[in-house]
Amino acid sequence: MSLELLTILDQDGKAQKGKDPNLPAAELQKLYRLMVTTRALDDRGLALQRQGRIGFYLQSTGQEASHLGAAYALKDSDWLFPAYRQPGILLLRQVPIEKVICEWFGNAGDTSKGRQMPVHYSFRQANFVSISSPIGTQLTHAAGAGMAARMRGDDTVFMTFCGDGGTSSNDFHTGLNFAAVYKAPVVFVCENNGYAISVPSCKQTASESMAIKADAYGMPGVRVDGNDLLAVYRVCKEAVDRARRGDGPTLVETVTHRMASHSSSDDAARYRDAKDYEAWKKKDPIARFQLYLKHKKLWNDAFEKECVEGAKAAIQTAVNAAEAVANPGPETMFDDVYMNLTPQLKQQRQELHDLMLKGGVGAQVGHFPL
Amino acid sequence: MTATETKAGEGKTGTKVMTMLEAILDAMRTEMRNDDRVVVFGEDVGKKGGVFGATAGLFEEFGEKRCFDTPLSECGIIGAAIGMAVYGIRPIAEIQFLDFIYPAFDQIVSEAAKMRYRSGGEYTCPMVIRSPYGGGIRGGHYHSQSSEAYFCHTPGLKVVIPSTPADAKGLLIASIRDEDPVMFLEPKRIYRHGKGEVPLGEHVVPIGKARIAREGTDVTVLCYGAMVSVCEAAAATAAQAGRSVEIVDLRTLVPLDEATVFESVKKTGRCVVVYEAPKTCGYGAELSALLAEKCIEHLEGPIVRVAGFDTPFPYTLEHLYMPDEKRVLAGIEKTFTW
Repeated sequence: MSLELLTILDQDGKAQKGKDPNLPAAELQKLYRLMVTTRALDDRGLALQRQGRIGFYLQSTGQEASHLGAAYALKDSDWLFPAYRQPGILLLRQVPIEKVICEWFGNAGDTSKGRQMPVHYSFRQANFVSISSPIGTQLTHAAGAGMAARMRGDDTVFMTFCGDGGTSSNDFHTGLNFAAVYKAPVVFVCENNGYAISVPSCKQTASESMAIKADAYGMPGVRVDGNDLLAVYRVCKEAVDRARRGDGPTLVETVTHRMASHSSSDDAARYRDAKDYEAWKKKDPIARFQLYLKHKKLWNDAFEKECVEGAKAAIQTAVNAAEAVANPGPETMFDDVYMNLTPQLKQQRQELHDLMLKGGVGAQVGHFPL
Repeated sequence: MTATETKAGEGKTGTKVMTMLEAILDAMRTEMRNDDRVVVFGEDVGKKGGVFGATAGLFEEFGEKRCFDTPLSECGIIGAAIGMAVYGIRPIAEIQFLDFIYPAFDQIVSEAAKMRYRSGGEYTCPMVIRSPYGGGIRGGHYHSQSSEAYFCHTPGLKVVIPSTPADAKGLLIASIRDEDPVMFLEPKRIYRHGKGEVPLGEHVVPIGKARIAREGTDVTVLCYGAMVSVCEAAAATAAQAGRSVEIVDLRTLVPLDEATVFESVKKTGRCVVVYEAPKTCGYGAELSALLAEKCIEHLEGPIVRVAGFDTPFPYTLEHLYMPDEKRVLAGIEKTFTW
């Protein structure tokens, strides 16, 4: 059994007849602008890390169409249980860029109050549930939340992401199995970007594809060109509609490529096949979508300039604002462990407070050990 | 006990004699009636009513939507419960034996325990993980472990262990209403032993408050779960020899009621810590360290730990592994003659 790779846009940005979802012009331009802004944000994130201004960064370059196309198929009231390479969704859901960047700095403006490494976002206003580093755990959360929504009779749909490495995790099996058994309204998006840090996807599985695994769980599995925004959108829209109708979960494999290193702490040049990388460069999702817009007369140099310059300016303003925000106060370290401070936490907070008053302790606050 | 029997008593005040198992069931039934967000699930909890019968009748009364069987996956039970709790319903997840919880360890310690903290309070995880634990039922390695210390070592989790039927009901209701994830560990050895009066209907025992199970003046015994009745027997025997033993039933391991513990130890000047888990790095080690830090000037003798041995839980020799009355008595004597 082999699954076809669904594509709508060819390398020249031409849509196959009968497959174009025919999105309105303004929406197409909005999606283009979002991809451009997402990449600009990524470039800036890595630059800030290299400059020593933030401690860590994790890029999504090359995967803009994959996650934006998928999330665009949702309503704003639908929930996301993301992995860590879908930052464009925050922009799609109108999270202010400054709030995103506050998370990188881990400062008092960060919704997570500086408790996690950069790019582990939590944005309740966007129904974007807190990201953790362990791989795959969110897949089962999405299944559970979907079960809860069904119990309550809500029509919320849940979209959750993992990478190719994530398909080897316990929770890939568990999450898909639970969602299928209880017909939970979940769309599982596996962004197969070729690598789990340095381990190529062929080392994750002997299966012919990731999507084919869906068959064993009793749900549809679809393979789609992850660098083709329209194809990803179309496939995910069908999956979202199916989930909302009460027909259960779908596994979508977006075949894409991680064009950057795993993170700012990694150097992909040590293990990546250069030829492979060059081939993928030609499939750039933004360039392809740009050609599509050009054919539709929705793109010209002025629009490009406006998108690129606009993104850069907005990001610059946001960086300036975010960098000026102070760190969370030392006392906040003890908050949110539980709803209320336990007597033990109160004591420990007092101990730290007293030591800081004496001086010495806490002198390094604000300094990032690089 | 069937659902109908309890229904007949609904709305009445007063008490009813129950086993701990019946009290646990009564707590869940009470809260499921009070709050339609509460759901119960796990392996065999539906039609079968649980391998110990803790959920008997819930499937019949509340239907499959609110009491259901899951695939055989602890990781899935807890992971799904987290998703439910984050979305806004109140899951009670049963792990059939605490010995089987390890596949869910990542979900418990990395996800449930950290959700509130890591999201800056944006997302929370109010859920109860119920699980029978501990030895004394000839369950061998995999139906006997007392692994509470793993969870006590994880900030973000509360750890509650009842020792009487009334406390089991009141603490479980408090756990279900708590806004944070609670590990509710049930000493299965005393599930059906030692019936007790249990208040009908609404009954809440606050989390974080220890109980003086027996007042005394000469030595404090700190214990929880199935060890409480063992310590009570030892205290009765010690009394015949003129030793007045005070027993503190901790009820909540996290957050610990330090005030009650310290007050008792300062009063008696001696302390024995009894727990059935392996001795090294067990919860009693934490208690001993706390007493050494906070009460050492009041101590008349060494803090003594009476615990399980540092071996895997044995089958045939279980009776020698578990602290019993004699070992507790020996521990008590040690605080006087060192």
